[in-house]
Amino acid sequence: MERFTKKQKRELKQILIAFVLFVVLLAVEHSGIIPEDGAGRWILLALYLVPYFIVGRDVVRKCFIGIKNRQLFDESFLMTLATAGAFGCGEFGEAVAVMLFYQVGEFFQSYAVGKSRGSIADLMSMAADFANRETEDGSVEVIDPDDIEVGDILVIKPGEKVPTDATVIEGSGLVNTSALTGESLPRLVSEGGQVISGCINGETLLRVRADKEFDDCTVSQILELVEEASSRKSVTENFITRFAHYYTPAVVIAALVLAFLPPLVSGHFAAEFGKWVLRACTFLVISCPCALVISVPLAFFGGIGAASSKGVLVKGSNYLELLADVDTAVSDKTGTLTEGKFRVSMVEAADGFDTDEVIRYAAAAEAGSTHPIAAAIVAACDKPFAQSKIKDVRNYAGKGISAVVGRDTVAVGNKGFFEDTGIEVLETSADVSGTNCYVAKNGRYIGTIVVTDMPKKGAAEAIRNMLKAGVRSVVMLTGDSEKAAASVAEQLGITDYRAGLLPQDKVHVVESLIKALEERGGKKRGRLAFIGDGINDAPVLSVSDIGIAMGSLGSDAAIEAADVVIMDDDLGKIPVVMGIARKTLSISKQNIAFALFVKFSCLVLGAVGIANMWIAVFADVGVAVICILNSMRMLSK
Amino acid sequence: MKKKFKLIDLDCANCAAKMEEAIKKIDGVNDASVSFMTQKMMIDAEDDKFEQVLAEAVKCISKVEPDCQVVL
Repeated sequence: MERFTKKQKRELKQILIAFVLFVVLLAVEHSGIIPEDGAGRWILLALYLVPYFIVGRDVVRKCFIGIKNRQLFDESFLMTLATAGAFGCGEFGEAVAVMLFYQVGEFFQSYAVGKSRGSIADLMSMAADFANRETEDGSVEVIDPDDIEVGDILVIKPGEKVPTDATVIEGSGLVNTSALTGESLPRLVSEGGQVISGCINGETLLRVRADKEFDDCTVSQILELVEEASSRKSVTENFITRFAHYYTPAVVIAALVLAFLPPLVSGHFAAEFGKWVLRACTFLVISCPCALVISVPLAFFGGIGAASSKGVLVKGSNYLELLADVDTAVSDKTGTLTEGKFRVSMVEAADGFDTDEVIRYAAAAEAGSTHPIAAAIVAACDKPFAQSKIKDVRNYAGKGISAVVGRDTVAVGNKGFFEDTGIEVLETSADVSGTNCYVAKNGRYIGTIVVTDMPKKGAAEAIRNMLKAGVRSVVMLTGDSEKAAASVAEQLGITDYRAGLLPQDKVHVVESLIKALEERGGKKRGRLAFIGDGINDAPVLSVSDIGIAMGSLGSDAAIEAADVVIMDDDLGKIPVVMGIARKTLSISKQNIAFALFVKFSCLVLGAVGIANMWIAVFADVGVAVICILNSMRMLSK
Repeated sequence: MKKKFKLIDLDCANCAAKMEEAIKKIDGVNDASVSFMTQKMMIDAEDDKFEQVLAEAVKCISKVEPDCQVVL
């Protein structure tokens, strides 16, 4: 990217030329070559007007266009008025210096804003710039991603971005999803699998069939959401807009009062008027609310950009603000805190048998079954029996399964199943949290396998970090049994959970929790965030203050329903994005406090004549630049 | 119809807000937004009036900020 835009280059040139001329003129004025009489003053004025117009002609021009279009009281108007006032009072040097300083500040401001905008854009540069389409005769043409049609055959070379959501028809390899998910581990795709736009192809060539047009693909949707996110304004941003609405007219009235009242009161109107007009102009220059109008939205935009570089999509500035105030985090259990997949968590063998044997026989009986519990048992077995040894499999729906393995009859099932068959089982310590599967061989109980839905890796840590980040309580909701819920809650360090809930019960629980927050905090209450997988949660997501959907890469429904979307499965992103939200808010508050403090002190100093126009320009442009630089901290890691 | 346009040299946040307000008032516009951060303008207007609306919007923009250009 180029360092400066065309316009910036031109402005820089103007500033430099004007600066040199200004310094020369200062030397000329102080050398006394030009006499101090009337004619000399006019010559000096004419000379000072040269650098003034070189550096300030855009400002003056904009001021007149503003007057023509009845758009008064913008910066250009204020600056022109103030410098004209300075010329009028014979302060030629000051007038030029102020305009020069103002333009330097403006230049710096535009550079800083452009740069931060560029960095944010980089964070989100996940869309492909081109696509390789295979034509009917087998040759490959490079096309614009916009021209992709559904069903087109595309070739993705190593290192290229996937242009649109597609199905792999040839080739397999690793693709890097980090631009979308923030996840550094590449994902394996193979024939028949899906690739999602914005991923970067690894080492191998992939031939894919486009499933979606560019406008409908995941990346386009995400970019559109992020771009629109800045239009959902936060309370802080709305405050600034409202503030500017009352503030600017108030300052203008104050300036008018300042220009006319003291000279009238003093009795020497003609003598005093010039001085007070100059002070009033100083007042106007200070008053411009630009620092706030630019830096606060920039901080929020930076926050949204920073979150998206971590694979978290925040759909509006307002949600970023809410995220910083989360008091209660409510989470769904299955699929969110847990993997949503069953795993063997414990095996107990009866006397005389070992656990391997229990698993082995159970896995043999369950080998043909598609039930999730069966799959878990099969997956847990290292040394399965050969398929040919397993015969005569009988399924007892909802109860269990039996099979002949080698010469032995094996039965696996729940308690009811064993009561029916009359085999006595030993109620053991295995009775913990999950589902117990009892195993019998030749009519004799040999052991128990406990299958549970395991908590996600890192879930406990994520919850700890959430609590550390200021969340007061984490509540787990689940439709599962009390026992299963208690066990998961204990493993994750969650003290509050509600088990045995139907989907509509979850809505009631969330509503009552919000009510409790209202009772405690009134209008400025803490917020409730609901974390779910975004698929069956739509009603709960809509009643919560903030709905967070997990693992939603490629799921349009979840992206639609939630306010904050976590692209991969990592719960740890939630405390991270809460941290980003807090940082954003603290930066905007710093900017507001700093800008208001400097401006009000300068206004007071200006009114009593201590602050001159130099300080006024600093209070306007200098403060804006400092605030923008502060906002840019959002982009640093 | 909803369409997006790139803006060049949109230099001030306040101006973007002013443009947005002005464009929203144009007859036939359902919704409009001018984003200073992304330097983009979105216009959602009725299909048959779109050309007219767009011309009107470009005028609004140059009124607020003479240097700002719309990439058509």
